[in-house]
Amino acid sequence: MQHTASLVTKVFIQRDYSEGTVCRFQTKFPTELDNRIERALLEQTVKTLNSYYVEAEKVGGQSYLEGCLACATAYIVFLCMETRYEKVLKKISGYIQEQNEKIYAPRGLLLTDPIERGMRLEISVFEDRGSSGSSPSSSMSSCGTAR
Amino acid sequence: MSAVMITRKVRKWEKLPGKNTFCCDGRVMMARQKGIFYLTLFLIVGTCSLFFAFECPYLAVHLSPAIPVFAVLLFLFVMAMLLRTSFSDPGVLPRALPEEANFIEMEIEAANGNVPSGQRPPPRIRNVQINNQIVKLKYCYTCKIFRPPRASHCSICDNCVDRFDHHCPWVGNCVGKRNYRYFYLFTLTLSLLTIYIFAFNIVHVVMRSVDQGFLSTLKETPGTVLEVLVCFFTLWSMVGLTGFHTYLISLNQTTNEDIKGSWSGKNRGQNPYSHMNIIKNCCEVLCGPTYPSVLDRRGLMQEDSPAAANSGGPCSFDNPGAQTAKTTAPLIPNEETPDDVKPSIAAEKSSAPKDDPPPAAKLPPLASPETDADTSIAKNQ
Repeated sequence: MQHTASLVTKVFIQRDYSEGTVCRFQTKFPTELDNRIERALLEQTVKTLNSYYVEAEKVGGQSYLEGCLACATAYIVFLCMETRYEKVLKKISGYIQEQNEKIYAPRGLLLTDPIERGMRLEISVFEDRGSSGSSPSSSMSSCGTAR
Repeated sequence: MSAVMITRKVRKWEKLPGKNTFCCDGRVMMARQKGIFYLTLFLIVGTCSLFFAFECPYLAVHLSPAIPVFAVLLFLFVMAMLLRTSFSDPGVLPRALPEEANFIEMEIEAANGNVPSGQRPPPRIRNVQINNQIVKLKYCYTCKIFRPPRASHCSICDNCVDRFDHHCPWVGNCVGKRNYRYFYLFTLTLSLLTIYIFAFNIVHVVMRSVDQGFLSTLKETPGTVLEVLVCFFTLWSMVGLTGFHTYLISLNQTTNEDIKGSWSGKNRGQNPYSHMNIIKNCCEVLCGPTYPSVLDRRGLMQEDSPAAANSGGPCSFDNPGAQTAKTTAPLIPNEETPDDVKPSIAAEKSSAPKDDPPPAAKLPPLASPETDADTSIAKNQ
């Protein structure tokens, strides 16, 4: 069965700077998504992402070892080795894809990986042609959704 | 009659706004003016070449072969740090795409409420509390984002850079979050190299003069005079700069914050980013995680260019802030790519060959610093 949708708007989850410059997103629920997704689900996603970024940016034993080893080799080792941050980014990418498939796509939403938007979290809101609910009015929708 | 569109794949760096130069198909990223960087390279390579040519043969024989070996290692390390500082992305923050810029504008308008006509709206500042300190986040009119704390807009490169330290013409790039440690190691090791060469020049001249006399030494190794001159002047500036940055690192401050006096003085409060422990601060700055670039310079994107010859290149309808990238097809099966962008671009191109503003017409009138109350008052004063 053909099922098409068009982009209605994009919602941006703001960064939470209360802990400093680390990458962290606010768990405040954006009002534009009120009737699209349950609060608890989005909050869970954001909290999990935050914990991934905490893991990536942790300044501890492993990061010191990595830093000192890299410095001793004039950082040439980074040409062949993947840094811990990059490994965590891959995990994040997989997590976002999984969340999109399981939770967000069925609700007509799409999470964009923050690394693609300069560490800003973007949620695209699509309108289901098959949905009977009213769509949030937006200045972005120019494509006709006439049936 | 609408123009025929040719879609071709380009690398994202080709469409990045800002005044950077890219080399090696996006692998290298520098500022536009590179003249002083070439001078830096010339001075380092030239002085070291003279050292290896004139001093090293004598010292290797008369003192120890370890001397030139160590000099070579130090030289290679200095070059590696210099090139890493110059060629890497300092931590540039990508500009907001039109939807995000629009979202932020709407949020600002909602927060400002109704501004009486004739009165300028308040300046665009967000306050956040970090470690019991109120930090003001400023809005960047060029990049159309609220800058994260410690980020600043570099007017030379025309980019917002995260943890902006300063723009260094000697390395031909900004120094920011991603390349600060390489910059510091460059200044440190260059100071060591300068001291090393200077010291062994003196040793060499003294040793040779004992045998041959001072003047004939200088005649035999004319390079020594040049090296001593270059090293003497470089030494003071490099050691001073290294000392200054060591001080900044121990306090976890940036040059930008130091110059502006953000955290000095009684009224300004304490630095909320400092751990109040010199070792912890040093460890965080020098041994912290290596942040990846958020620019994705080598990613591929679609670019629509007209087949017709009358409009000036593929980007003639761009304003510097907008990107022509279509959003990638979502994972939802049978979804169309968001095509609210396509028809408006095609319509613009077919109806008016002149440069029209792109879908920005849908955005609320974009504010500029001149329309904000405080910034214009500050300018007039």
